[in-house]
Amino acid sequence: MNVKAQIMDADKMRRALVRIAHEILERNKGTENLVLVGIRRRGVPLAKRLQRIIEEIEGVKLPLGVLDITLYRDDLTTLSPHPVIHSTEIPFNITGKKVVLVDDVLFTGRTVRAALDALMDLGRPRSIQLAVLIDRGHRELPIRADYVGKNVPTSLKEEIAVQVKEIDGVDQVLICAVPERTAGP
Amino acid sequence: MVLKSKHLLGLKDLTRQEIELILDTAGPMKEIIQRDIKKVPTLRGKLVVTLFYEPSTRTRTSFELAAKYMGADTVSIATSTSSVAKGESLRDTAQTLAAMGADAVIIRHSAAGSPVLLARYIKASVINGGDGMHEHPTQALLDMFTIREKMGRIEGLKVVILGDILHSRVARSNIWGLTKMGAEVRVVGPPTLIPEGIENLGVKVFYRVEEALRGADVVNVLRIQRERQKKGLFPSLREYALLYQLTPERLRLAKPGALVLHPGPMNRGIEISPAVADGLQSAITEQVTNGVAVRMALLYLLIGGGR
Repeated sequence: MNVKAQIMDADKMRRALVRIAHEILERNKGTENLVLVGIRRRGVPLAKRLQRIIEEIEGVKLPLGVLDITLYRDDLTTLSPHPVIHSTEIPFNITGKKVVLVDDVLFTGRTVRAALDALMDLGRPRSIQLAVLIDRGHRELPIRADYVGKNVPTSLKEEIAVQVKEIDGVDQVLICAVPERTAGP
Repeated sequence: MVLKSKHLLGLKDLTRQEIELILDTAGPMKEIIQRDIKKVPTLRGKLVVTLFYEPSTRTRTSFELAAKYMGADTVSIATSTSSVAKGESLRDTAQTLAAMGADAVIIRHSAAGSPVLLARYIKASVINGGDGMHEHPTQALLDMFTIREKMGRIEGLKVVILGDILHSRVARSNIWGLTKMGAEVRVVGPPTLIPEGIENLGVKVFYRVEEALRGADVVNVLRIQRERQKKGLFPSLREYALLYQLTPERLRLAKPGALVLHPGPMNRGIEISPAVADGLQSAITEQVTNGVAVRMALLYLLIGGGR
């Protein structure tokens, strides 16, 4: 990985998530009917942290689900090899709930589009809101986030790497140069 | 990880890693089957054709459901009502299907090797839905998926395959798959229904069901294929039932909680007693659900992505 800069360390990440948690509570006037759904992979640990922070603030543990969007991707036919499918684990009915979808980076918006379709197939939520740690711009679809940890203007020659302790052993956000394409279209 | 071939002709050709990939992918697929809305758009715009030269309910329906749950279109060709009845050759049928734009063709045929032949004529992925006495790979995959789900693993388990091994493509595919996955496979049946040299596939041969069952973790009971029993390989169905039927008494010789499987359709009272078929240790209805999940996984892995 060709790292250009660190844009968030563990403290900055924690503060951003605490702020997002407060914003979620403020916007929804509490925790009633609120549920969290993390998008695999790194949306999941972030959603878990939001769940913990909200529990610390309000004393309520929000239901938390895990969404795998692979089967809903719009680029499957161009990908080789096949992405590995993991399970979607949403152990509650989302119908009538206010769903906060959590992901690490908002970029083209295609992941979120797939996630919206996947959620709709599971029920009819009252609303869906989107929380992301980083919004890096370059949207290809009319999608925006309701809660943003940090807006990071990037060029298409850069990549954002969100790292979390649970998966990467460290909490930080890096901006990297895209390596020269070696495979695929 | 990816399957090396775009066809699934038999488990003989798969590696252990490939089998594991299919089983791992089937897990999330099962979750979709259990939803209220059983539909994902993954195979939208793909055409899946079932081409069955032999009767079948479960395999064909299971493939069609799998394809439909994944958003594909399905066409089913029953040979008795199609041009095949007018004498069309496999090759010409294949070319017709290719012209219609089939992405996957599931074939069942009484001649061993017909899926291989079809794969030569057609660009689509060919999936073997049972060919003669050769292989029935998706049945073995769903059996292994069920074993792994219920017992937590396959490696090291003692799996008994009971019945007509000679005519059974289910047995052959199970033997290839289970031995690759590290299970100890025992086959048992009347000597006339055990093919010569089967031990070369790495299985232990028994002729007395009581001996084979001792300490077993899984018993896979095969159907007595009455349509293939005209050669007098055993005296009567009654005698077969007496000596080889899986009864509650015999099942007690296996490990406590041993799993009972049957590929269906069952001849109750012949190869399996109703008490066992409907008993707590039976996963026979679960196998049907798992069959759809495994076939969804296969369709995804074979035609879901770019190649």
